[in-house]
Amino acid sequence: MRPFDYVRAGDGRQAVGLHEPGTMYLAGGTNLVDLMRLGVAEPDRLVDVGRLPYDRIEPVPDGGVRIGATVRNSDLGAHPDIRRRYPMLARAVLSGASGQVRNMATVGGNLLQRTRCGYFQDVSKPCNKRAPGTGCPAIPGEHHNLAIVGHSDSCVATHPSDMAVALTALDARVHVTGTGGDRVVPMPGLHRLPGTDPQRDTVLEPGELITTVELPAPPVGRSTYRKVRERASFAFALVSIAALLDIDSDGIVRECRLALGGVAHVPWRAARAEDALIGSVAGEEAYAAAADAELALARPLPRNAYKVALARNLITSTLRELAP
Amino acid sequence: MAFLTVQVNDVEHHLDLDTRTSLLDLLRERLRLTGSKKGCDHGQCGSCTVLVDGRRVNSCLLLAVACDGSQVTTVEGLAGGDGLHPVQEAFIEQDAFQCGYCTPGQLCSVVGMLDEGGPSAITEDLSTEPVLDAAEIRERMSGNLCRCGAYVNIVAAIEQAAGVAAPVAQAEAVR
Ligand SMILES: Cc1cc2nc3c(=O)[nH]c(=O)nc-3n(C[C@H](O)[C@H](O)[C@H](O)COP(=O)(O)OP(=O)(O)OC[C@H]3O[C@@H](n4cnc5c(N)ncnc54)[C@H](O)[C@@H]3O)c2cc1C
Ligand code: SF4
Ligand code: FES
Ligand code: FES
Repeated sequence: MRPFDYVRAGDGRQAVGLHEPGTMYLAGGTNLVDLMRLGVAEPDRLVDVGRLPYDRIEPVPDGGVRIGATVRNSDLGAHPDIRRRYPMLARAVLSGASGQVRNMATVGGNLLQRTRCGYFQDVSKPCNKRAPGTGCPAIPGEHHNLAIVGHSDSCVATHPSDMAVALTALDARVHVTGTGGDRVVPMPGLHRLPGTDPQRDTVLEPGELITTVELPAPPVGRSTYRKVRERASFAFALVSIAALLDIDSDGIVRECRLALGGVAHVPWRAARAEDALIGSVAGEEAYAAAADAELALARPLPRNAYKVALARNLITSTLRELAP
Repeated sequence: MAFLTVQVNDVEHHLDLDTRTSLLDLLRERLRLTGSKKGCDHGQCGSCTVLVDGRRVNSCLLLAVACDGSQVTTVEGLAGGDGLHPVQEAFIEQDAFQCGYCTPGQLCSVVGMLDEGGPSAITEDLSTEPVLDAAEIRERMSGNLCRCGAYVNIVAAIEQAAGVAAPVAQAEAVR
């Protein structure tokens, strides 16, 4: 690991002020320390933002909730209001990593964690995301766990977060602060597709600090988060889904939210499936049509076509489970 | 280099340290507390689990400098005296290890886990406090791998320590 300076910031403004080229923010460190040990991240300075006072979960007057960026994943998943009002978020967070990692990991760090693509993590290999212009060995090589939608010839990586999938379905608003002032970035919209510059995971500028994630009042309906993985616990998703469904007394779908994890460079809001479902008669036929509408976009690679079938089955079976 | 004050098993240490040092390396290499083990150094196995300010964490992913001002408890400090912690006793009674390499991490993880409460990823009803049955224990302990596969007895030991199942002695008496 390359030597670096370490400073603990007292407040957000100080953290932003301490950020120079070569600086990285450190929160729980569960992703960044790992990447530094692997030689993937080589900061000159770490500004520790893990103890900044953004550690509260507070209701807001419009019925929503404000979640601080340094709230630990374990505290988010265990919070009574989150469990009661945003169950898909509680379930998504609880399904991620392990008890130990969740005790360290923060909301801000979880959003900005990097892909688990094996080539990205191996500095002896080329990788456009880590070393722009060197190529993407995953396309001809090992990609069984990588993207089926939204990828490019430059990069087929997926975003690994579970929490971000639920936040994407819930229309989260990410509050950030930087030298240019404060702004709000909506989800979907924080993460970006790889295009020709996969080195950029998100729309954030260098030095921008996430302070809070705000959720609007929860939409009416039954909701859940389901995750398919290679073992029953402590594994990243192959495909996951955050879903909400509300059916009126005539059996018509009134509201529906669907977001997929493990399929793209971003937590993937399945807007076409939602559009197909809302206003239609709830039932097997509508669920299948919604899944097909979304997955018409899929461009699977030779070794991950199984994910298309997996995503389709996950969408339909989850909707079936949520229907009363 | 960085200067750091950290309390480990109730002893305060003032240290000058390379910023790259993990808490795990500080414990093992500087303080010679070799109970905490290095299995993977990537957060994937749990053998380095310790309690920081009462919460279980992977000490391999924690920079020591980030622990300035914290209280750390390692397996050496669990009992807090000459005897054994009830979780340690339960592991012995239930024969919950073979080689023992994962055990210090398992022990710290159990002590942290028993303090956590709340639902897990497998809890059916998120509004309830679930009963800590074998399935809940397995889910909550999934961050601790055991290469010897002593899982069955580890679960039994945790059930015993948590008081959800009758201790072996009683079970045998009934039989
Ligand atoms: C073994 C293992 C298994 C895992 N399994 C899962 C899983 O199944 N599902 C899942 O979703 N995740 C999983 N994770 C990933 C884990 O959730 C993330 O590592 C964690 O959420 C990152 O949060 P952190 O606070 O530790 O971030 P750090 O590692 O501290 O930081 C991550 C990145 O975010 C930046 N950053 C942090 N905070 C801010 C902020 N406030 N503003 C701006 N930038 C910031 C840092 O500069 C860094 O680039 C796993 C991790 C491990 C080690
Ligand atoms: S998929 Fe993306 S992260 Fe993986 S090797 Fe290709 S460019 Fe790198
Ligand atoms: S050594 Fe820390 S989790 Fe494996
Ligand atoms: S007892 Fe050998 S690894 Fe668990």
